[in-house]
Amino acid sequence: MQLVLEKRAEQSTAAALVSPLVAIAATLATMSLLLALLGKNPAAALIVYFVDPLTDGYSLQEIAVKATPLVMIAVGLALCYLANAWNIGAEGQFLIGAVAGSWIAVKTQGTDAGHWVLPAMLASAAIAGALYALIPAIGKVRFGASEILTSLMLVYVAELFLDYLVRGPWRDPAGFNFPTTAEFDPVATVPVLVEGGRLHLGAILALLAVAAAAVLLGRTLKGFEIRVVGAAPRAARFAGFDPDRAILVTFAVSGALAGLAGIIEVAGPIGHLQPGISPGYGFTAIIVAFLGRLNPVGILIAGLFLALTFIGGEQAQIAMKIPLDVTKVFQGILLFYVLACDSLILYRFRFISKSPGVLRGTG
Amino acid sequence: MELVEAIILSVLAASTPLLIAATGELVTERSGVLNLGVEGMMIMGAACGLGGTWLTGSIIVGALCGMIAGMLLSLIFATMTLGLAVNQVATGLALTIFGIGLSGLIGAGFVGERIATAPHLHLPSPTDVPFGGRILFGQDGFVYLSLALIVAVRWFLYRTRAGLVLRACGDNHVSAHALGYPVLRIRLLATMFGGACAGLAGAYLPLAYTPFFIPGMTAGRGWIALALVVFASWLPGRLVIGAYLFGAVSILQLHAQGAGIGIPSQFMSALPYLATVIVLVALSRARSGGSTTPASLGTVFVPDR
Amino acid sequence: MRNGFLAAVAALLLASGVSGAASAADKLKVGFIYLGPIGDLGWTYQHELARQAVVKEFGDKIETTYLENVAEGPDAERAIEQLVRAGNKLIFTTSFGYMDPTLKVAKKYPNVHFEHATGYKRDKNMSTYSARWYQGRYIQGQIAARMSRAGVLGYIGSFPIPEVISGINATILGAQSINPNVKVKIIWANSWFDPPKEADAAKALIDQGADIIMQHTDSPAAMQIAAERGKLAFGQDSEMIKFGPQSQLTSILDTWAPYYISRVKAELDGSWKEQDTWGGLETKMFEMAPYTNMPDDVKKMAEETQAAITAGKLHPFKCPVVAQDGTTVECKGGDHLDDGQILGMNFYVKGVDDKVPGK
Repeated sequence: MQLVLEKRAEQSTAAALVSPLVAIAATLATMSLLLALLGKNPAAALIVYFVDPLTDGYSLQEIAVKATPLVMIAVGLALCYLANAWNIGAEGQFLIGAVAGSWIAVKTQGTDAGHWVLPAMLASAAIAGALYALIPAIGKVRFGASEILTSLMLVYVAELFLDYLVRGPWRDPAGFNFPTTAEFDPVATVPVLVEGGRLHLGAILALLAVAAAAVLLGRTLKGFEIRVVGAAPRAARFAGFDPDRAILVTFAVSGALAGLAGIIEVAGPIGHLQPGISPGYGFTAIIVAFLGRLNPVGILIAGLFLALTFIGGEQAQIAMKIPLDVTKVFQGILLFYVLACDSLILYRFRFISKSPGVLRGTG
Repeated sequence: MELVEAIILSVLAASTPLLIAATGELVTERSGVLNLGVEGMMIMGAACGLGGTWLTGSIIVGALCGMIAGMLLSLIFATMTLGLAVNQVATGLALTIFGIGLSGLIGAGFVGERIATAPHLHLPSPTDVPFGGRILFGQDGFVYLSLALIVAVRWFLYRTRAGLVLRACGDNHVSAHALGYPVLRIRLLATMFGGACAGLAGAYLPLAYTPFFIPGMTAGRGWIALALVVFASWLPGRLVIGAYLFGAVSILQLHAQGAGIGIPSQFMSALPYLATVIVLVALSRARSGGSTTPASLGTVFVPDR
Repeated sequence: MRNGFLAAVAALLLASGVSGAASAADKLKVGFIYLGPIGDLGWTYQHELARQAVVKEFGDKIETTYLENVAEGPDAERAIEQLVRAGNKLIFTTSFGYMDPTLKVAKKYPNVHFEHATGYKRDKNMSTYSARWYQGRYIQGQIAARMSRAGVLGYIGSFPIPEVISGINATILGAQSINPNVKVKIIWANSWFDPPKEADAAKALIDQGADIIMQHTDSPAAMQIAAERGKLAFGQDSEMIKFGPQSQLTSILDTWAPYYISRVKAELDGSWKEQDTWGGLETKMFEMAPYTNMPDDVKKMAEETQAAITAGKLHPFKCPVVAQDGTTVECKGGDHLDDGQILGMNFYVKGVDDKVPGK
């Protein structure tokens, strides 16, 4: 007997609904086992992880704040991946966007510049992110250089560039030489939605990005083009769609969204430019994109869920002294299960009697 | 002259983990599998490698533990991507997160413990030859192993039938399958080889470089190994050049600083990455269409029986 | 099934709530935010040791919690607030990058007390604390000048922030007080923590002729390279003699325990007040590891210098301080530079053959 995968003729709706639930159940079971091994009470720990953060307004707000950049970046990445363009460097585009937007904030600091500052920052961040993303895209289209690797390498370059700026030219003159710019002026700050909280305008922009991407993919020719180019490049050429153009466009859009997320994070929750503005948002967003099955609404849910594990992970550290590494292991396991269960949607498992002759003969 | 020799020695040591990890990944990718989880497998190799040596006192046991750890992680990857046909990019990233977390849990047991590093070869007369003696005959065993490994891989890929089959799987899995080759089984073995190499490369850090384990001590070297494979356009010979070039740039920028050359150190640190991007583009252009890129790289293969 | 699950959840919530209330009664909750993993063998490790000392000192009267690996970015504010919401009344945030997040949370929760390490912003309920490590660097400079045969010191920097620059300057001034011709080579690792890179930097310095390795990065990698090459070195943050039994001359030890204990005590007896603590050898804010691997006369000199600094008779930045460009630095602190000048130091003193990055 042998277990084989068999592609489903049509995707089953039931499987699509059941698969995430199976994945979560399997994750919970594995987590319980690991927690028990570590000598913690699994049930209590799981409640701290997944239930407690949902029970008060503060934690819900924090989940939204954490999910905002993840969702915004992941939506752009999903467009890329659907078009078979592999942008792994959203982290770099995030940083460059933050730098470009901050440039305006730093230059207008202390002047009586009006309310045009924030919109200008957002726009320049989006443009810079898009341009930075176009470097690997052009490398791919013009020279055939693997965009996976070039976009990844440019992350490190962006990190060091940001580092240079805040330790050198843009350093806060009154900041005892520490590596940060001065706090941004109020006109250069993303407004908060709830008084006294941290939820900011960026969350709404992220929702808009989700809605726009959903419409683009579901209702427009461009969205159709992106999907065809990714799924069936040959067919796309026959239909007159240009795969190169799709790569350039999706890279630019995802770079713009990543750049936007960058400046929103800097001008929102952080309030100034400094090294280490991103705890790996660009990479985590890749995972969010896949958890959400490259579907904008799915990404929204996935982003919120992953944010929940971050918040829950901190609360588990506080309440039950569960090390942070356990949270990372959980996130890894969760992803494994979700991705594995998603196979259920595309494929059917069948047992066949093992007969090598058949395997070799037909094919 | 002595300084040159010293620099070469440092470069060799700094390049070795990159070379070992990249060699494994090269074989994996040649079979058509893109495993982005090298960083996760490396850090697990570092944690388990140190653990093994710390418990037994033997460098060889430590190296084996590192290899096994890397291989086990690659098995998870293979189960997902080969067995269940899951997207390789996403699985690789998940593997990295998982590996970093798990290595922290495992490593917590021996934080602060130090071991004796792997001994360096010393042949009484050849090693003492003034210039070149130490470079040729005074390295730790891993350096020689890494070179033997790449020679063996080159021989395997181009001189054996199995190597030919492996490359065929990477270039066109449909045809390879049609010819009756067990594509998935070959990819499984190639992925496991990549995992073992990544684990060994990770183990090199505590066993021969800095004899202790600290969470996160691989500090991004797994990603660099991935870049090197592309940099080398999947050719073993170029991989050696690439690994040593990268090692050389990262060591030389330190020397340039020590010598007081007034370029911002961030720019120096960015050099290797910029160099990789530029070489990547230049090479891709020169070889018109990327003929050495495994055509099926990163794509899911489900045999239709 | 679903109702059953919810009921089980509710029961557990109730149970955990009740047991939590019983055990937490009357206990002072103290929280810590760490930059690295507690096993980093350096910066965070020393804070963790101090936390353990606090637990040992006060036992059942307090309950401590920490969050490790908290990035100095957008997550920091949330992490601090999480500790507040978990009932911690005194919170130590142990890295410079937590300054603004700590201040924001402090303004939001006026009844909670905060202690921020190495920063300069304070509030009614937010103190700062740091150590005058430059005092120890001065001693190290003197030892280095005595012990170096080549007269070349190798210095591994992390980032060119004032704390690191003033450390380099104090080292040079100490060394010049023994040997005016001493040279220093500086390599920036651009990281607090990348053991293999720190090892490479140490190798490069040794290969370029330095025979004493000093570091302002956090791992014992450089110490271990010095040991391997038969050179001498100074540890950083923690005791590193294990990694260089024949190499470590001394090490600047971050000993936060006395300060932490005093602050927790103040919180317990209600006398906690906002303050700025910048302590040195005189208050044991840091200590020097035993002077090892040096002849007795060098050891004696080091001990005398340490005693002089402790007694306030010797100031590492005693005037005149001559900057690299030959100008004499304004003497704002009487006969030495004042604290503001040291805290914001952004120039090299004369004798450094390099320039401050980013300047």
